[in-house]
This record gives sequence, C-alpha cells and structure tokens, in this order.
Amino acid sequence: MKCQHCEKPATFHITELTDPDGPKVMHLCEEHARGFLSQESPTPVASVASALAKQLKLGQTKEELAELDRKACPVCGITFYEFRNAGRLGCPYDYTHFQKDLEPLLSNIHDSLEHHGKRPQRSAPTADLQAQAIQLRREMDEAVEREDYERASEIRDQLRALEAGKDEASKDEAGSDAADQPSAQSKKASKSSSPSKPSKRPKPPKSSKPSDPPEPPSQAEDA
Amino acid sequence: MQPTEKLDELAGRCGEWLRGTGPESDIVISSRIRLARNLSDYPFIRRCSEEDRLAIERTVAARLNKLEEWNDVRYINVGGLSEVDRQFLVERQLISRELSETEGARAVAIDPSEQFSVMINEEDHLRLQVMHSGLDLTKAWEQINHLDDLIEGAITYAYHPKYGYLTACPTNVGTGLRVSVMMHLPALVITRQIDKVFRSLQKISVTVRGLYGEGSQFTGDFYQVSNQITLGKSETELVEQVGEVVPVLIDYERRARQFLVDQSEQDLHDDVSRALGILCTAKKISSEETMHYLSKVRMGVNLGLIESVAVKKINELFIHTQPAHLQKLHGRLLGSSDRNVQRANYLQRHLSGDEGGPADLN
Repeated sequence: MKCQHCEKPATFHITELTDPDGPKVMHLCEEHARGFLSQESPTPVASVASALAKQLKLGQTKEELAELDRKACPVCGITFYEFRNAGRLGCPYDYTHFQKDLEPLLSNIHDSLEHHGKRPQRSAPTADLQAQAIQLRREMDEAVEREDYERASEIRDQLRALEAGKDEASKDEAGSDAADQPSAQSKKASKSSSPSKPSKRPKPPKSSKPSDPPEPPSQAEDA
Repeated sequence: MQPTEKLDELAGRCGEWLRGTGPESDIVISSRIRLARNLSDYPFIRRCSEEDRLAIERTVAARLNKLEEWNDVRYINVGGLSEVDRQFLVERQLISRELSETEGARAVAIDPSEQFSVMINEEDHLRLQVMHSGLDLTKAWEQINHLDDLIEGAITYAYHPKYGYLTACPTNVGTGLRVSVMMHLPALVITRQIDKVFRSLQKISVTVRGLYGEGSQFTGDFYQVSNQITLGKSETELVEQVGEVVPVLIDYERRARQFLVDQSEQDLHDDVSRALGILCTAKKISSEETMHYLSKVRMGVNLGLIESVAVKKINELFIHTQPAHLQKLHGRLLGSSDRNVQRANYLQRHLSGDEGGPADLN
C-alpha cells in the first residue's frame, strides 16, 4: 500500500479516534507519519492510535513493524495489526501476550504501568485460568456447531471444574498476595519467541481448530 | 429485576440527576461516574461471537436477578427496542450511543430513580454508571463502589494484579473509572474565555467534551469535565482530581457572569428575556435553537433576571424537547418538520405558565 501523500510505501497505519466524524484511518510513509505525529493533538482526548504510533519508534524497521503486526494472541486470535487499527483488544489475555508491546503504550497514555486502585474482594482468577476458560468455551461452541455433543459435554464439565476450582481458590486466597504469583507465569508466557499457549490447559486442543495459535508469519490475518 | 419494554412510564418524568437541586446546581448539572468491567471468562466484545454476546447477556441478567437489593430495578433488552426508544434512552443518558447503535444481544438495567444504570455488552461487557444532580462526586463514588461490590459478588471480573481491571480499550484499564461533571458555562462562552480555560485544563490531565460525550458537538453551552487517565492513581485520587478542577471552573463562570452584569445588566436582561420570548411564542423551533435559547434562559433564571421559571423546569425542557422524547410524549413518530411544530407547542405550554402535563399533548 502506498502512502496517502506520496509514492512511498505506507508503513504507518494510524486510526485517529478523536475525529468528530468518527474514526479516520490514515496510511502514511515514515516521513509523513513523522510530520503527522509532530502536530499538536487536535483534542485533549487520549488517543490510542496516536499514543501507539508514537510508541512505535520511527526508527523501527519495516520488517520489525511487520513482524509485530503479525503477532497474534493464542486465545482470541487478534493480531497486533488488528488491535492498532481498531484500538480495541480481543480478550483479557492480550494484556499478558502483548505485554511488552503494550507497556510503552500504557505508559504513554497513563504515565504509569501499575494499578493503584481497588482490587476485587475475591481473588481474581489468574491470567492463564481466564485464558483457559475463554478457550474452552470456544472449543465447546465449535463442538456444538459440528454436533459433537459428547465432546461439548466433556468441555462443559471441564469448564464447571474450572469454575469450582476458581471459587475454591478464591476462598483459600482471599486477602492474600497469592493472586500476584501467576503474573510471573504470565510474563514468562509472553516472553517466549512464538505465540505461546497459556500453560496448564486441561487438554491440548486439536491442531485443526481455529482457536489454536496462528503461526506467524504465514497465517496472520489482516496483515 | 423487572423485565420491561415499556418506556412510557419514564417519558413524563425526569431522572433524579435533572432535579437541579444538588450543590452548585446553578452551574453544575450533574456528577456522573462510570466503571468499565469485563467478565473473566469471555473474550472482549470485539472478538465475541453472537453466541458469546448472548451468553454474556443471559449470564449477567441471571446473576443480577438474584440480587435482593435489585428487586425494583428495570431490565431492558435494548436489542428488542425500536430506534426511537433507543434514542430516548440515549437522550436521558441511561445508555450510550454505542450501545444504542451496535448489533447483537445487549441490555441495560436501570434503577427507578435513574440514579444508576448498568449497560451490558457495550464496548466492555459491563458499564456501571451513577448520576447525581449537582456537584456530588463523593456520594456518587460511594454509590458506584457499593454497586460494583454487589455485582462483583455475583460475577468474576477480568483482573490483572499489575494492570487492574482489564478493559477492551487500553485507555480505560486499571480503575476503569471515568468521572464526568456536566457544567453549564454560558458566560465563559459569551466572554470568549472558554478556549483559554480548556487549554489550561489540558495541562492537568482533565478533558472536556460536549453534552453527549465523545465526538459530539458542544450544544447549549454544556461541557463535560472528565479525568484523562485511569491507571496509576486510585479511584478516590481520580475523583479528587476532577473534584478540584470543578470549583475553579465554577469560580471562572461566576466571575464571567458578574462581568456581564457589571458591563450592562440591562443588555443581559434584554438578551435572556428575548430568549424566553422566542421560546414562549415561536410556532416552529429546531432542537439546536431550543438548546441555544434555553441556555440563555437558564443563566437568566440563575442570575435572578427571570423569576417566572424554575431551574428544574428548564433542565426538564432540555431533555423533553429532544427528538425521541418529543415523539414519546406525543405518542407517535414525527418527521423533523412536525417535531419543530410540536416542540414549539410543548415549550409554549410549559413556559407560559399554562402547564399541561405530557398527556395534554395528544
């Protein structure tokens, strides 16, 4: 794709969310992106797109950007490209999977990376458990769709067990710092070189299912 | 909860937040706080299948239904409403434009006094909102915090130990909290100081938007002052941050009003009285024009220049003269031209002292 303002290839795809007429998509080359980003923001509203584009260092190579765009969440399948175009994430696990890519953005928007507010009274399920439940639910829907009711009911039982375990864990861990521990696990997952699956899955999903992590670079959607 | 599709009971009255009696209510219309929350075991809305959306809506409805404190809460299936009914809820600020216009399973739970509402399947799975009349942020925070605790007892939220409550948009992550104080600032607009004031707000991480939130044109001199960030500060710090800015704006607006009075009370009195005259006598009037003149009249009432109308009445008229409300009150769909005629009739009835109730319109 060419830059909107010249013949050079467009390496920056910026969605301006604060335009009064609705989101505006811009495809720009590095030079024009630099020009656009140095302008004053037209409104004081925090814009994901502009913060994101500022974060993606202008010195970053086309290949590096392309690789980041193809990175996909193993749980919901959203690519980084789709996120930065829409400004919306696909599932809670994205915060773990795209952690190192999102942190500069969060820092840009909020000037902070740490929550200092309210915490749930019950300890929340870990990032991995949250991801597991989303995946299982997806697999159950797929099983129902292909009329494999036996598999669907197996998954339903697994979901129930997960739910029961979660409640049990909340009782045990309420008020303690135990809920913080899984974050280390999550970090580890996000640091691996290819899109990693959350650990501790009840059963390895079959390879043909769409909930499997897309393998970069060939299967990346929208790229 | 009580499932309902009939919104007519709401049409003739106004929500608690419009009663115009809270602290600083001559300038502050309402104090609103919202919390964005998501269920831990579903994808965010963008990656939800139709089945997921339906399952979220059903799960949330079933669990909220068990809350004893919620026996009187009305539960409305937004997907099943007509366009005019959806618009009606947007005009009352009970649902967002996004919830109104999106597709798929979605709902809203509303308490009878309209102080709080919970949207289901908006940008996030849950959007809790509390609205109070006047400047009342502390009580609004206490109420929404309690509401959040109550819902959290029934639903497991997506939460990360480092990033807090996880939201579809990274601009809401952490507390998921947005404080919005709606202010009426006509004198700052007339004296052309409003831009200068807003530029100073930008420096302290506070944003300003129009009456109906993001992206809308500012109409009727109403402005919403909100916190810009949601991560890194506690909820009470964020509430205080906005709470500290508002009195400064109130002071600016009061001084600008005094300046106008000092400059020429007669001119100001003439201007607001002419505005009332147009509203009382026009035979056709658009929504924008109505907002423009109601804004002047409201300032006139607050400055004691107009004594025949109460602020509460003006606040009600701002809402009742909007397109969907006018059609609900009239009992049938109206084209734009018919609405302008009916709007003029309605204003005349309610401002001339001959206050027929909404039923008299038919």
